[in-house]
Amino acid sequence: MTGYWPSLVGGMLIGLSVAMLMLLNGRIAGISGIVASLFRPLFRPLDQRLAASAAFIIGLLLGPLLYRAGFGQWPAVHIQVSLPLIAVAGLLVGFGTRLGSGCTSGHGVAGLARLSPRSVVAVVTFLGTAVLTVLIMRGLGT
Amino acid sequence: MILFRLLAALASGTIFGFGLSLSGMLDPARVRGFLDVTGNWDPSLAFVLGGAVMVAGLGTWLQRKLQRPAFDRAFDLPADTAIDRRLVVGSAIFGLGWGMAGLCPGPAVASLVLGLAPTALFVAAMAIGMIVHDRLLPSGRV
Repeated sequence: MTGYWPSLVGGMLIGLSVAMLMLLNGRIAGISGIVASLFRPLFRPLDQRLAASAAFIIGLLLGPLLYRAGFGQWPAVHIQVSLPLIAVAGLLVGFGTRLGSGCTSGHGVAGLARLSPRSVVAVVTFLGTAVLTVLIMRGLGT
Repeated sequence: MILFRLLAALASGTIFGFGLSLSGMLDPARVRGFLDVTGNWDPSLAFVLGGAVMVAGLGTWLQRKLQRPAFDRAFDLPADTAIDRRLVVGSAIFGLGWGMAGLCPGPAVASLVLGLAPTALFVAAMAIGMIVHDRLLPSGRV
């Protein structure tokens, strides 16, 4: 699927998901925070909130399966960079989203929807850095 | 109440994952195409963020009219309002990793069901980055 309509409708569904989690469970749908909370049982006991976080992640994994059931194909995924770069990028994303208290969902969608000044600063910073990174990598030919 | 909370989280996660699939956000090549503003820029992902913030904004408007969420005692909103070095440095580190690979936490986790080795490597590295952060700097909560 290409064009702007699937992007707009897909985005609106992401917004609906964020609104639902807030209005029903009172929680911010920040994926980095939810994923990180799942590692806490390694060090602390399980509770109801953690179970809800796990249910959200299971749903997140069901999403592409539902897409495949509906459209008869997987969503397109093209990886452009080498495995070592992927591993370094993963480390940076994991560490950075924890230090900055959020990622594209928590700051980018939920935070902007709440007009949080912290989230506006975070989004401008990570978008700016990501644009610069792509620019530099293209300059280096990677 | 716990059953409703789990079902709400599961439904919200599923809609999020489906929205990511429909919008094109699962494809790192398209995300990097969106970030590549000086090259062959693909603006479609701006519609994802626009649509998401619009609908999540309606959720925020409704949330401010309510005393509490449907399935919990209180809304759990971020109390931190400080725009500090941690927020900016963390967001910049995240942006660097996001630009390198074209993957952020939501799409990376959702696309695990496609069974691709690079995505699995990214998520494993991201988990290590998160755990390292939370062990080294435990005060950094979401």
